[in-house]
Amino acid sequence: MILSKTYSEINEKIKRGEAVVLTAEEVAEMAKTCSPEEIVEKVDVVTTATFGAMCSSGAFINFGHADPPIRMEKIRLNGVPAYGGLAAVDTYIGATSANSNNPEYGGAHVIQDLIDGKNIILEAWGKGTDCYPRKHIKTVINKESVNEMILFNPRNAYQNYNVAVNTTSKIKYTYMGTLLPNMRNATYSTSGELSPLLNDPEFKTIGIGTRIFIGGTTGYVVWPGTQFHTSRPKDENGVPVTNAATIAVIGNLKEMSSEFLQAAYYEKYGVSLFVGIGIPIPVLNVEMAKRVSINNSQIQTSVLDYGSPGTPKLGQVTYEQLRSGEIEVNGQKIRTAPVASLAKARQIANLLKDKISKGEFFIQEPIQLFPSDTSLKKLAEIDIDDEGGTL
Amino acid sequence: MNVVKRRIILRFPPQSGDKPLSYVLVKDYDIRINILKAEVMPGKRGSLLLEMEAKQSNLDKGIAYLEAHHVECQPLDKRISFNSEKCISCGNCTAVCFAGALTMNPGTWLLEFNKDECVACELCVKACPLKLFDIDFRDEN
Repeated sequence: MILSKTYSEINEKIKRGEAVVLTAEEVAEMAKTCSPEEIVEKVDVVTTATFGAMCSSGAFINFGHADPPIRMEKIRLNGVPAYGGLAAVDTYIGATSANSNNPEYGGAHVIQDLIDGKNIILEAWGKGTDCYPRKHIKTVINKESVNEMILFNPRNAYQNYNVAVNTTSKIKYTYMGTLLPNMRNATYSTSGELSPLLNDPEFKTIGIGTRIFIGGTTGYVVWPGTQFHTSRPKDENGVPVTNAATIAVIGNLKEMSSEFLQAAYYEKYGVSLFVGIGIPIPVLNVEMAKRVSINNSQIQTSVLDYGSPGTPKLGQVTYEQLRSGEIEVNGQKIRTAPVASLAKARQIANLLKDKISKGEFFIQEPIQLFPSDTSLKKLAEIDIDDEGGTL
Repeated sequence: MNVVKRRIILRFPPQSGDKPLSYVLVKDYDIRINILKAEVMPGKRGSLLLEMEAKQSNLDKGIAYLEAHHVECQPLDKRISFNSEKCISCGNCTAVCFAGALTMNPGTWLLEFNKDECVACELCVKACPLKLFDIDFRDEN
């Protein structure tokens, strides 16, 4: 019986078109009748995926130099502010940056319009220098005209996320959707048993250098995501019961498709970007087989009151309960709704499965594993005197 | 003869507000009515979403009566637009649809929209992060 495999053995099988690839949902089903040992023997790779709004996303763009050249210090793309603190014609457009005249159009929409091949109005200002004499430019750019566009998202694919409810008597508009008063609905975001970071909760295979599917193309995990938090409360399986770790990811935006990268606007909140991410997990050993076998009834998450300051925790539920359409919190039955697309996540998991099965996508062993002892700091408010010193 | 149920948006001109039109629908045409949504702007206009249940012939007569009194009658589903091709089935609209018109299919997790259940509350219009819904209740367009 085979109880362990190496990356190169799995990649050899992929190359020969012999690798057995299942989605995380399929392996969760298989685990009802197969032991972890049998799963190691039978399955080589498990594909996981998510398709949700991920605010901490954006893209680097290099526009190329105009003649005469300009050192762009203030930049607008279709009226959306982009960062002007990089070299002359480099910028970073953040997904949540918004056009002040049209707050429903933001960086995410610029990103989507760019990948859809649309023209974008670039307006930029500089002070004028000896080497960059120009002070203003207004022109049109698109996917073909720019040198590079690179999606770089500092925090994506949260490992688990909270359920949002609202105990107040007023409707609340949040990034978790519209929360009706008096807990008349509950929203949840994670793709449960299909979610990438829930299938490798201790980051044995997902690390710096992991090759992933992102936005319709191949990309990479480049770093632990911001707010990477490994010290959250965990259940008996070692899986966090609230939002915990994250990943920073990168990919060539020119190769991406708006089928897997979708701009969004949340009422009275702002702009965000739906990002499609798929991560293959190699079934290296019995431990990984156990991890990828996890199902919705075994994954728990916390119910938080988004209507009250400090978002107090009201309860804990499983993804099986959330998917049933109703949960019970403090004795009250609450209708549930997802705010991330499971249908799209499944599409991505199956697409990645096909690519690996056909020998078009190989598993990259992490170059470096993530830290395992991180926690979150709060932002302290320190009194500052008129000269900028601390009191 | 079969009884049919229809959801109709009624648009009242400013001068029709003083007539007991719904009373006539019930008494003269034997139509069971259920007011699902109403907005009356005195002296300006009024909009009413009415569920009408009656024999088809009575329903036709009732609507003809309303139209004779300058009340515009439009089936609700003709006043709802939903760009389903762009829908990503995120589920945000189902969170607010207490009427149960917008639901997630529990197998495929694709969005399903049953316009017959819609009460024109318009919460989905704001809740959809892709802005794919439009409900023309007040004839603002």
